Amino acid sequence: MAIMQLSIFLENSPGRLKGVLSVLSNNNINIRALSLAEKQSYGMLRLIVSDTEKASEVLKKENIAVNVTSVIGVEVSDKPGGLLEIAEILEKNAINVEYLYAFVEKFGDKAVVVLRVDETEKAGKIFVEKGIRVLEDKDIASL
Amino acid sequence: MLAFGQANPLKASFGTRGKGGCMAFFNKEIETASLSRLKEIQLERLRKLLEYVSAGMPFYRKTFEEKKIDISKFSTLEDLKHLPFTVKSTLRDHYPFSLFAVPLKEVVELHASSGTTGKLTVVGYTKKDISLWSEVMARTLACAGVQKGDIIQNAYGYGLFTGGLGVHYGALELGATVIPVSSGGTKRQLMLMEDFGSTVLTCTPSYSLFMAEEAKETGVDPAKTKLKVGILGAEPWTEGMRDQIEQAWNMKALDIYGLSEIIGPGVAMECEGKAGLHLWADHFFPEVINPATGEVLKEGEEGELVITTLTKEALPLIRYRTGDIVTLTCEPCKDCGRTMPRMSKIKGRIDDMLIIRGVNIFPSQIETVLMNIPEVAPHYQIIVTREKHLDKLEVQVEVVEEVFSDEIKKLEELERKVVFEIESTLGISVNVKLVEPRKIERSMGKAKRVIDQRQ
Repeated sequence: MAIMQLSIFLENSPGRLKGVLSVLSNNNINIRALSLAEKQSYGMLRLIVSDTEKASEVLKKENIAVNVTSVIGVEVSDKPGGLLEIAEILEKNAINVEYLYAFVEKFGDKAVVVLRVDETEKAGKIFVEKGIRVLEDKDIASL
Repeated sequence: MLAFGQANPLKASFGTRGKGGCMAFFNKEIETASLSRLKEIQLERLRKLLEYVSAGMPFYRKTFEEKKIDISKFSTLEDLKHLPFTVKSTLRDHYPFSLFAVPLKEVVELHASSGTTGKLTVVGYTKKDISLWSEVMARTLACAGVQKGDIIQNAYGYGLFTGGLGVHYGALELGATVIPVSSGGTKRQLMLMEDFGSTVLTCTPSYSLFMAEEAKETGVDPAKTKLKVGILGAEPWTEGMRDQIEQAWNMKALDIYGLSEIIGPGVAMECEGKAGLHLWADHFFPEVINPATGEVLKEGEEGELVITTLTKEALPLIRYRTGDIVTLTCEPCKDCGRTMPRMSKIKGRIDDMLIIRGVNIFPSQIETVLMNIPEVAPHYQIIVTREKHLDKLEVQVEVVEEVFSDEIKKLEELERKVVFEIESTLGISVNVKLVEPRKIERSMGKAKRVIDQRQ
């Protein structure tokens, strides 16, 4: 009930992002969702890609610090209050959000949000109980 | 010209070497001689040495005359403190051969080390010097537990650098098998190690770590080789690095000390007890001095190592300042029974010493702190800059796979931890910068740990 996310350590210097993106591009890996967090001297690039395992392998070969974590991808109605519904569920169940970002593409008429929470399993179950679709890795691959 | 070998009848009297029987020693009689016996030999040799250099080396004759030093009055080892030091620039000033105490035709081998100032430091060896080198290196290898039947993968550079050939001569003298692979060519090193079944690795500590990393990357488990001991030196390294090397290779990692000006490798060596390096003081007389005042320090006090070569022919040196910071003890070793004085691992280099806002810091002190933080890789670099007249220290630490976390707060914690540990241990403030893995240059030879950008 989780999807795999790549986290990539980027030094804060020109060309670092380009380096990572060209490795992915050269290996025919497609980016489905992304976010870039910035710190003073480094950045953290988080990606959902078409083939996480392969991406991680090719990046490591290039000596890029990469880490695979599980996050939740949930469908959100593309209308005012859509994301609020998700936030309310999390609040009610005392689940803490560390970060979130959105998919570039829609799934049919729905938007998709990537959530990193402190209790991934629990959150996934609750969403399913509430009839909210939670994405699996195979959904990403078939996008 | 005095033939120094003849003026020195003691060497032949050292009797049986440990070639049969107990292989822990190469020359047990002298390696376990009593302190009074050692002092007797040293004094005898020192007196001969002073005669030899006054007769054969214009540089020393002139220095003694200028300082009004009467070598005939030299009666105890303590009198050595009245003699002036010899420094590296003396060797450079006499480039290439004018410091030699013998005619060039007596010199059978030349070595040179590159100086940061450009000019080479040249050293020469007579045939007798080469046998001396072979003897002290054979003692050194035996001290590390090497014996006939061992296969030594000698990954020190062969060439002008003394490391490769020094180990080589010692191996021949001891009767071990030596693979003269020299430094570099890591893939080939790993192949030879596996195919030839090397049991001993000789190289710099940083190169041994580099090789272990390369091995893992090519899918070879370095812990599964036949290596039982690494004889590692030519750069200062810490206990933390020792642990990492021993774990990675599943072998003992022992420290070897030497410098080309004195003879090359083979001046001092750790035994398996790892309680200091046994210094072959019947040939190399050690003192520890206060680098600022030149005053000789008491046993156990930390200072600069100064060595007088007692038996060299081509290039004997009086009170040569090594630039290495150590302590010395004369207590016999509890582990192996050797009685030769023991020096600590090198704690720093006089020329590496950083003065950060008035506080004296050696890079090795920073390394010691970093090695006690398990998340920090052995790969780090120290960058010193000056901003608005204030010295600033930046420690770059690689974010290796084991450390890297998706959570930024964990990386921040790591940064804070490194800052805190360095500040609380060394009393200086630092910036910590996390850098990408393998961003810090790997070295085949000596690791470049400190980049001083203050000019």
